Amino acid sequence: MQLFDPKAPGNLIPVLNLDESEVQRQMSVCNACRYCEGFCAVFPAMTRRLEFSQADIHYLANLCHNCGACLHACQYAAPHEFGINVPKAMAKVRLDTYAEYAWPQVMGKLYRRNGLALALASGAGLALFLCLTLMVMGNLFTAMPGGNFYGIFPHNTLALMFGAVFGFSVLALTIGVRRFWRNVSPADAPRQEKTAAALEAAANVARLKYLDGGHGEGCNNADDQFTLWRRRLHHFTFYGFMLCFAATGVATLYHFLLDWSAPYPVLSLPVMLGIAGGVGLLIGPAGLLWLNLRRNPEHGDENQKPMDRGFIALLFLVSASGLALLAFRESAALGLMLAIHLGLVMAFFLTMPYSKFAHGIFRSAALLKHSIEKRQPSPINGGSD
Amino acid sequence: MIDVLVIGGGNAALCAALMAREAGASVMLLEGAPKIWRGGNSQHTRNLRCMHDAPQDVLVDAYPEEEYWQDLLKVTGGITNEKLARIVIRASSNCRDWMRCHGVHFQPSLSGALHVARTNAFFMGGGKALVNAYFRSAERLGIKIRYNAQVTDIELKGAEFVAAYIGEREVDGQRLPAERIQAKACVLAAGGFESNRAWLREAWGQNERGEWPSDNFLIRGTRFNTGVLLRRMQNLGADFIGDPTQAHMVAIDARAPLYDGGICTRIDCVSLGVVVNRDGERFYDEGEDFWPKRYAIWGRLVAGQPGQQAYSIIDQQALGRFMPPVFPGTKANSLEDLARQLKLPVTQFVKTIEQYNAACRVGTFDHTALDNCHTEGLTPAKTHWARPLVKPPFCAYPLKPGVTFTYLGLATDDTAAVHFNGEASPNLFVAGEMMAGNVLGKGYTAGIGMAIGTAFGRIAGVQAAAAAGFLTPSSTEPQHAAV
Repeated sequence: MQLFDPKAPGNLIPVLNLDESEVQRQMSVCNACRYCEGFCAVFPAMTRRLEFSQADIHYLANLCHNCGACLHACQYAAPHEFGINVPKAMAKVRLDTYAEYAWPQVMGKLYRRNGLALALASGAGLALFLCLTLMVMGNLFTAMPGGNFYGIFPHNTLALMFGAVFGFSVLALTIGVRRFWRNVSPADAPRQEKTAAALEAAANVARLKYLDGGHGEGCNNADDQFTLWRRRLHHFTFYGFMLCFAATGVATLYHFLLDWSAPYPVLSLPVMLGIAGGVGLLIGPAGLLWLNLRRNPEHGDENQKPMDRGFIALLFLVSASGLALLAFRESAALGLMLAIHLGLVMAFFLTMPYSKFAHGIFRSAALLKHSIEKRQPSPINGGSD
Repeated sequence: MIDVLVIGGGNAALCAALMAREAGASVMLLEGAPKIWRGGNSQHTRNLRCMHDAPQDVLVDAYPEEEYWQDLLKVTGGITNEKLARIVIRASSNCRDWMRCHGVHFQPSLSGALHVARTNAFFMGGGKALVNAYFRSAERLGIKIRYNAQVTDIELKGAEFVAAYIGEREVDGQRLPAERIQAKACVLAAGGFESNRAWLREAWGQNERGEWPSDNFLIRGTRFNTGVLLRRMQNLGADFIGDPTQAHMVAIDARAPLYDGGICTRIDCVSLGVVVNRDGERFYDEGEDFWPKRYAIWGRLVAGQPGQQAYSIIDQQALGRFMPPVFPGTKANSLEDLARQLKLPVTQFVKTIEQYNAACRVGTFDHTALDNCHTEGLTPAKTHWARPLVKPPFCAYPLKPGVTFTYLGLATDDTAAVHFNGEASPNLFVAGEMMAGNVLGKGYTAGIGMAIGTAFGRIAGVQAAAAAGFLTPSSTEPQHAAV
């Protein structure tokens, strides 16, 4: 299972691992069939190729949204001897790419037992902040006037701690996705096309275009029936996360620009954004977990369920603990609630480049590549004569 | 008692069941295959040939009735029934909204199939997605669906349907008893006999070389179309139509699976190179016409060759101009080496290619037009797209005949009724491959099978519901206006 090292000299022919070879085999069947072209971006991207190199396979794997439409429509799915299951084959390679492009690369190993990795990170985060609280306050149950949690940990301490961890995670993700991008990047395109492509890709990300099934009725979950709930619940999660992010951003501006420190009243902008985002981050992950439990076992890679569910659970807990902190900030539970919330947020930030979080980043990159690529003339005119 | 019993689980059967249910009848559908293999040959289909007088959603330009009819007349060589054919053609112009109501989605023509963007509406995800949508709709409407329920016999009283028998069978290791299912009316839509090797052998017989050609046929369609019901109807004295050797038959990759090879086993580079038989000789004009208009004759052509084998040979000039085949080609840098790898007589093979190369008169190559690249003084000639095979590596794909479905079926009329000695049954109807031979005596044109199945499936459903006492406006009006 030797993976191709994108940093190695380019004159070596990369050897495909088992998962990649399986995608290559399946794509050669799909490319001779093409019935699924209308579902998503994977198949139109496939028809631009006659052969599938490792870079192509990594790209297609990340372009795949695991919607399941092509599996249920496939005349060559098991028990047919061709045994085609594109979502599963792509999912396996996708995990390989997260691990392969992770930076520093040794951390990619965390993808092997990702559920465990997230659990350990959460445990460590919780232990850290419980201990810190005990060290600073002597107990976990000190009420602060007005729920002023900066009375426990000063603003600058938190800003430094979380800023550093978050900064590292963003850096690690950036380096990882850059390596992915360089490996699979298409030939240069005119700037004008790149702008149009970027806008299209951004819209495809923001709307989760490829969970709509190609016909707008949604993707598959338990069976061949279509559902829009996977898309909607992803939206709850994504926009919930973004609102929480915005809440933090606004609070930071208040702090530094207006010299107005937390805690803010419930009706203030940061808290309103935080509540809205937090509710989204409860509904989204809870719903996605429910769907995940009912998911057709043939979709995707069964071995990745711990990664998926671990990430969902962590998101849910971050949000739930944040809302609990707000609810009990004026009681003696403040210290405990604060420690729990900060511990979980720390775990989330720490694992961002080594958890399911990466799927959004890599998929966005693949969508951008697709939007650029589709504006170029097809390198082959396979059968369009 | 059930009002309407539908025997079969493909497109025609589902259309019949849905129409009968919409008319108010209680409907049971018996699919012979297990659920995982449901849908018959429909799961391998990809489009519907549609008449239209102006651009429509996924269809460009126009494809008027007369052009459609002329196309059908051409491919069948006149072995068709104009009245029934025109019913199919007209129905294809207005059935898609109904299909959409039942969850079928259409998409623009696939890349590599742009030549049919005008004439054919593609199902998003192909035929299996269509079959899934119809089954979902059927369940929602309360149609009772049974899988693993192959009907082995029909009970008649004169020309009237009384009951269907499901034979004793084993399902998941469990022995299930034989059953007799009564209904007020019945639709037969259980497919042809392409997967019945013995019947194919009987139909094709032995050739002058002492071979049984059909033993070398691959079946592109479902393994469950063994023609049990078709044979039973023959024995019950139903009126038949069609030649048992006529079928949708294309040249497919010889390495394809024995059954259910479907679309991806097709070899689409025939017109870009030459085709030789086992003896290393050419046997037909590879460039006679556009490939989409010719692919359906090559199954029979290969069936006529020794060992029912042939090889499509191309060079590097053809690369990227045809749908990539599912299996890799045999590649060689010299003609001699290619012949050796293919176990063809080397001298004869090289001679054939060299003679062909020398006979090529290359003008302006254009695969999108009937160009002026042709051979001179060569038999058989290659009349278009003839370019010498000179750019190695040369590439070869082995060919065998691939049967999609057979045309032998029950003779019917515009009410889809089964006939006995010219008399129409009052409550037994037929649709799909079991009657496609009425319209399609021979040959094929893309998307016509689904057009026949949809049109006559819907007619049969309406008529069966009417026979069970559920009249709808369309069951009493003349068909050409109604469906």
